[in-house]
Amino acid sequence: MKYTEDHEWLRVESTPEGDIVVVGITEHAATQLGDVVFVELPEVETVVATGDEVVVIESVKAASDILAPVDGEIIEVNAKLSDKPGLVNDDPTGAAWFFKMKIDDLSVLDDFMDEDEYNDMIG
Amino acid sequence: MADLRRTCLYDLHEELGAKLVPFAGYEMPVQYPMGVLKEHLHTRAQAGLFDVSHMGQVILRPKGDMAALEAAFEALMPVAVTGLAEGRQRYGLFTNARGGILDDLMFANRGDHLFVVVNAACKETDIAHMTAHLGPVAKVEPVTDRALLALQGPEAEAVLAALVPQVAEMRFMDVIAVDTVFGALWISRSGYSGEDGFEISLPEASAPDFARNLLAHPAVAPIGLGARDSLRLEAGLCLYGHDIDENTTPVAAGLSWAIQKARRRGGAREGGFPGAERILQELAEGAPALRVGFHPETRAPMREGTVIWDAPEGGRNVGGITSGGYGPSVEAPIAMGYVPQDCAEPGTRLWGELRGKRLPVTVSELPFRPSTYKR
Repeated sequence: MKYTEDHEWLRVESTPEGDIVVVGITEHAATQLGDVVFVELPEVETVVATGDEVVVIESVKAASDILAPVDGEIIEVNAKLSDKPGLVNDDPTGAAWFFKMKIDDLSVLDDFMDEDEYNDMIG
Repeated sequence: MADLRRTCLYDLHEELGAKLVPFAGYEMPVQYPMGVLKEHLHTRAQAGLFDVSHMGQVILRPKGDMAALEAAFEALMPVAVTGLAEGRQRYGLFTNARGGILDDLMFANRGDHLFVVVNAACKETDIAHMTAHLGPVAKVEPVTDRALLALQGPEAEAVLAALVPQVAEMRFMDVIAVDTVFGALWISRSGYSGEDGFEISLPEASAPDFARNLLAHPAVAPIGLGARDSLRLEAGLCLYGHDIDENTTPVAAGLSWAIQKARRRGGAREGGFPGAERILQELAEGAPALRVGFHPETRAPMREGTVIWDAPEGGRNVGGITSGGYGPSVEAPIAMGYVPQDCAEPGTRLWGELRGKRLPVTVSELPFRPSTYKR
């Protein structure tokens, strides 16, 4: 698992069509956000660039964006989150993944933090 | 947060794991480890304990007789003070010459004086306002050595009665003073959650002990400002500085119920308060814009500042949201705000602009959830 400075986790999954990246937010981020009550997901097949706002998360406190961590195409979204946004608090690193992306070059993931580096960052 | 003040329960908040944030010049708990959603639901199901010691407590002590103080206090508000029985509390509103609201408050007749509770953010200006206008007839005494706690929810009576049996006899908006091992408690049966409950003013020195005693009860959880906000929003209650301010009149804000007959046209003590001309006219003819509830039709919460349109595209910008978010008990997003009279009928469909998209909302009655006061 890789981690971004925006508290996203990225997990590579191998599929028959090639490698894809699954994106979610960390336990730390979910705790900071508070109880999530709404998740707005992107359309499948959207082509996104690094830094694009792709997901809106509303907690009881405020709205937050999730940014595309890398360039690529959204190939699947976790529709379960539309009905059960609270999954983001219950299982942020498992059942509450947000979207899957197809990216051209997996080596871009090397730039992100590993778990130890991320834990150091959040102190 | 060096310049922020702390209440006498600060250490207890820290010990309970509160997340502390700046609010009205104080460092206050916004939530505890339970989290806003569960704190909200716990208050509705059992009982929640809130530290509201940042609010302003003020005693108005008559220099002569109470009648002169009551008459002078009435001259600041479109609300009847004269006639409020001893041991009773009432909701009040300071108004300005344009009929706008300077602050909303609670005041109680405690026999030989009035006890007033005002919003934290307004307390200095309120005290100055009262001192300037009541000076000839009353001493305005800010109470600076007492904490203020709110215990709200269906279990509040049972929990507090275990320490103070007299509270079981109180009705909504009754006030009593009781001498206890925690010192003199000034208790009102009121609050700002839409639940039955109490507000308790007590000496700072004994407040932490008293709070610990309440928290020792399994039905009681500490509740932060986050849930206080979602509770009052569901109850359709105004937050000063957001839903009401110097530019909103009591009639526009849907607070006409707070203006007794005696102060209205034809009443025994008609007018005679700042902004009377406008407020009396609006009482008779209606205000141009009204505070209403909104039910967003999608699951996306709409917050303060969301612009309201009367059409999905084109059309008029008819108003805006002044408070909004997710209602944990109604299990849906809810909001309130102002729209013109011709858009204010419950059931009217309007559109809120969220992240560049207009999403439908339905105008609804307030409150979103019936209150459970013990009348």
